[in-house]
Amino acid sequence: MDVLLRDYSDDFLAGLWLTLQLTGIGFVGAFVVGTVLAVFRISPIPPLRVAGTLYVELFRNVPLVTLLILVVYGLPYAGLNLGFYWSVILSIVAVGAAFACETLRSGINAVSTGQVEAARALGLTFAGICRELVVPQALRTVIGPIVTLFIGILLSSSLAAVVGMRELTATVAYINNREALGLTTFAVAAAIYVALSLGAAGFGSVLERRLRVLR
Amino acid sequence: MSAHALFDTQGPRGRATVRIVTMLSVVAAFALAALVYWQLYRTGQLAPSKWRTFIQPGTLRYFADALRNTALAALGAAAIGLPLGLVLALGRLSRRRWLRLPSTAVIELFRAVPVLLVIYVLMFALPAYGIRLSIYAKLVIPIGLCAAAVLAEVFRAGVLAVPRGQTEAGLAVGLREGLVMRIVVFPQALRMVIPALVAQSVVVVKDTAFGYVVSYPELMQSGKVLVANTNDLIQTYLVITLVYVVVNVLISAFAQRLERRMNRARGMGRVSILARVRRTAIQ
Repeated sequence: MDVLLRDYSDDFLAGLWLTLQLTGIGFVGAFVVGTVLAVFRISPIPPLRVAGTLYVELFRNVPLVTLLILVVYGLPYAGLNLGFYWSVILSIVAVGAAFACETLRSGINAVSTGQVEAARALGLTFAGICRELVVPQALRTVIGPIVTLFIGILLSSSLAAVVGMRELTATVAYINNREALGLTTFAVAAAIYVALSLGAAGFGSVLERRLRVLR
Repeated sequence: MSAHALFDTQGPRGRATVRIVTMLSVVAAFALAALVYWQLYRTGQLAPSKWRTFIQPGTLRYFADALRNTALAALGAAAIGLPLGLVLALGRLSRRRWLRLPSTAVIELFRAVPVLLVIYVLMFALPAYGIRLSIYAKLVIPIGLCAAAVLAEVFRAGVLAVPRGQTEAGLAVGLREGLVMRIVVFPQALRMVIPALVAQSVVVVKDTAFGYVVSYPELMQSGKVLVANTNDLIQTYLVITLVYVVVNVLISAFAQRLERRMNRARGMGRVSILARVRRTAIQ
């Protein structure tokens, strides 16, 4: 433990920082793309619906490792060189967006039909219904699932280690290879992951309680 | 709410708008497809010689073996995850603190830790203590442990979804608590969670792709070996992607059919454990 603190605290922090970057950018990206996809899937435009469905079915069912290998090592063969960092983020966003889309859609589906019909009877337009009725309610019901999505993206950022980026998980393996500290190093990383997950979950439940709608 | 409730049947102007956007989106889709095609064509990735491998009987047999190993790994992980998940769920539901606290801790730990970290522990940390596992075990145990944590929550959701009246009725006729759980609540809970369990196996199948890391010859690792010989990286992993998508879509479709059938049989459309315990294992 002393060795860890003395010699490797910088490595740890660098790894954690990379993990946080991948998670943060990945989460925001997945959320934005997922929102667009969710809009596609509920829109009255058939080709957009089909495109949304195909996207979700494809990226929800492919392992992230496979996609990562394709993007990181495959795209350069096709003349597209994004570099490790953005390749990993692209992969995480691509897969995360499929899950974000489904999460948001489940929230939209939780808004009762009666309310939407009432709003329409009052003469609200599509945009008005979305803004005043659907989005506020849908976002509230999906706070829990969005936290789950965030934790999922946090965990998936560890896969950057597979292509050799030294984020938290890879840092731990690297330190372990040099120092043979047994389980200690891994326990520290596990504790960090657990703390981040529980923190996100706690934040989510506070938000949920504050914004609760009584139905 | 069905999506159709969001907008009225369009009038003439609305229909015109829909038509225009439809056409624009089709054009955009074609443009995108053409761009991808052109880029792949320009870099020689579409050359028949780069795809010929995949129709040769030898390669097909090779992939069939790889798929079998993927299935073996998934089954092995399920064989660890299901019983362990059940035990953890019952532990967390128990009224005894000394059962509830450790079960909760284990569930929360393995839900919050990446599978890859657990794999690294088995690969790099345990040998220092003289524990050497087979390659298969190094792949299957971490997936099984992480799946167990999620499955425990599925089982728990199922037990909690059984109406309280059932438990109360059981107690009222004089059954002891353990017996109520065993013969009244649990059988009903199990029926309700079966679709969710099937859906969860998609996550397990996806996780077996870590064979790439531990060198267990499932689809991904076999792909790596094939690419080392042929250098057809894009082609190989596109084929593998296709295999994963087909397998997982079939599993999901099966889960959905199970759930629909069960809901029809029980006459309850709204209790969807499947929807409640969402598949969010992104890896």
